[in-house]
Amino acid sequence: MSAVPGRSNGRPEATPGNGRPGRAPRLLVPLDAPEPEASTDPGSSTDPGAVNGHRPASAPADPPPDIWDRRVATGLAFLRRRLSGEYEVDEFGFDQELTDQVLHPVLRLLYRDWFRTEVFGLEHVPDDGPGLVVGNHSGTVALDALILSAALHDRHPARRYLRLLGADLVFRMPFVSELARKSGGTVACNPDAERLLRGGELVGVFPEGFKGIGKLYSERYKLQRFGRGGFVSAALRTGTPIVPVAIVGGEEIYPMLADIKPLARLLKLPYFPVTPTFPWLGPLGMVPLPSKWLIQFCAPIPTAHLVDSADDPIVVFNLADQVRETIQQTLHQLLERRPDPFGP
Amino acid sequence: MTPGGTSGAPGVVVVTGVSRYLGAHVAARLAADPRIGRVIGLDPADPAPEFAILLDRVERVRVDMASVGPLIDDLGADAVVHLALVTAPDQQHGGRMAMKDQNVIGTMQLLAAAQRATRLRKLVVRSSTAAYGVSFRDPAVFTEETEPREVPRGGFGRDILDIEGYVRGFRRRRPDVTATVLRFAPFIGSTADTTLTRYFSQPVVPTVLGRDPRLQFVHFDDALEVLHRSVVEEHPGTYNVAGPGVLNLSQAIRRAGRIGVPVLEPGLSGAAGIARTLGFGRYGLDQVDLFVHGRVVDTTRLIEEYGYTPRTTAAAFDDFIRAHRGGIVVTRDQLAAAEQAVLDGIRQVRASVRERS
Repeated sequence: MSAVPGRSNGRPEATPGNGRPGRAPRLLVPLDAPEPEASTDPGSSTDPGAVNGHRPASAPADPPPDIWDRRVATGLAFLRRRLSGEYEVDEFGFDQELTDQVLHPVLRLLYRDWFRTEVFGLEHVPDDGPGLVVGNHSGTVALDALILSAALHDRHPARRYLRLLGADLVFRMPFVSELARKSGGTVACNPDAERLLRGGELVGVFPEGFKGIGKLYSERYKLQRFGRGGFVSAALRTGTPIVPVAIVGGEEIYPMLADIKPLARLLKLPYFPVTPTFPWLGPLGMVPLPSKWLIQFCAPIPTAHLVDSADDPIVVFNLADQVRETIQQTLHQLLERRPDPFGP
Repeated sequence: MTPGGTSGAPGVVVVTGVSRYLGAHVAARLAADPRIGRVIGLDPADPAPEFAILLDRVERVRVDMASVGPLIDDLGADAVVHLALVTAPDQQHGGRMAMKDQNVIGTMQLLAAAQRATRLRKLVVRSSTAAYGVSFRDPAVFTEETEPREVPRGGFGRDILDIEGYVRGFRRRRPDVTATVLRFAPFIGSTADTTLTRYFSQPVVPTVLGRDPRLQFVHFDDALEVLHRSVVEEHPGTYNVAGPGVLNLSQAIRRAGRIGVPVLEPGLSGAAGIARTLGFGRYGLDQVDLFVHGRVVDTTRLIEEYGYTPRTTAAAFDDFIRAHRGGIVVTRDQLAAAEQAVLDGIRQVRASVRERS
């Protein structure tokens, strides 16, 4: 066991000042590599830090798996990579590293600990290749899309990223637009949807759009109109299976009691919400209520046999209707399983 | 008969804009190709001394586009390569008015002259990815078929739309001529000197607050290669020419070791306007719009048709960084050293805390 020589070497007598020269040659060792623990292991004879015979006290004297040391090292390495621009983004602006290290951990707290989200039917989401995930939209703020993508990525065995399609309003707003792009989103338009699907990505759409998130609490879990079914033609043109998904819980996070339309028009927003807490409590009103969330993925609807009918409005409309009905029925089933919206 | 006149490569090539960086290099490369008989450079101005050396095998005609008239036909041109575009107004040379004169009126007159040239078989026109305009509803990646959703605010973008309009008219009237339109992403490279390379050479770089556009560049040498192949081979149509891949503006600034300073967008637009009226600075609304929206194009058609893949945007940008080490504020080594120092400090503090407890 290496911990024994490690302790005997890490003598308190060794002055901390010795640490600098011993460690200097390793300045440029990439700290993001998985072996920092191994190389700082004082027991290893090939350790360059030990060439001058005695190990400095500044080296971790703990047994090798020092979890905090590792966390600090990876955190610093992440920071360095960000500051020197050494990361990749794809042509849509998706920044996988930022999503994994910053955005998903925040969303994880939200969906796991705050909303106690349960996910069912993950086997209906393909492990590889394209898929079009179509969900119901709710909650005044489009938090459900983010929760869905984070939960899907964490719980799915293939750790798939959901590439969300957002309204152009999202991409008009500074900061929000860049967050949306970096987390893998893009503008909801057919060229982008088809490009992502042809690239084998999993694409998430909410065809209700603002009609879905901006509806009053009294209308909760009633699916709104599905627009022109542009998402269906994107799936048909690429022969992508459609995976309907029903999300329960989103309607209760910011229950919208009223919509001040003149104010919305003034601010050029699709609606201006009044909830039990907003705008009365100011910033506190932005805290979502801790509702219980259930997410159910439904059996995929294959479209490969309909590729030639992508421009046929009847086929498109019928398919959109089928997806809508599936989601609506699944919503009812989920609501029966969740009698108390704020239950455990 | 001039050599090469009957095979695939044209015998007589007319190149416009040879007094400038791109035109001089393209003309020199064409002149060095043994398949091509004569290369004639048209330009109202004399080339700068550093380009004059390049042009020793190029016949030069000092002519204004307004008086180009029957010249193209008289020269017996087989191919015309139109590169004389101004991307940003230059106050020393007449500002925006002169820019529009050269870009729009110049192209119109050149194409009118080319239309009357009986021997002409090939036309290559330099365009720009600015042809796609900017809009918040734009798709993330432009293919050659994408129509601009909004007319650009910037002068250069509007000029490009006009120029491509003239080429469309030319194609209708001379269907026997192979017309190639190349939509270039911004040029970058170790030696290229453009508005964008000057922008990235400053130590402190202004950006738009809350926006981190996706950018693409094309390496200057790749642009030369594509232009050369367009002349000696047959590639009718419109092509995006850009390095595959994407860099965010913030990422590019960090890779270059510069410091980005976010500025409110109306402020930047206003500053660009004021700078223009006061007569300094070459940043126009074209640049501001690019830094809000970004611009990424699909290069599949180019790669398939030309059988040539330009180096990636990241590689082209790396080449630029290597040549512009001067203004670097933060180097990667400094960052790595700082990282190590902080890590060592934390380890020391933790070790001493552990000793005490």
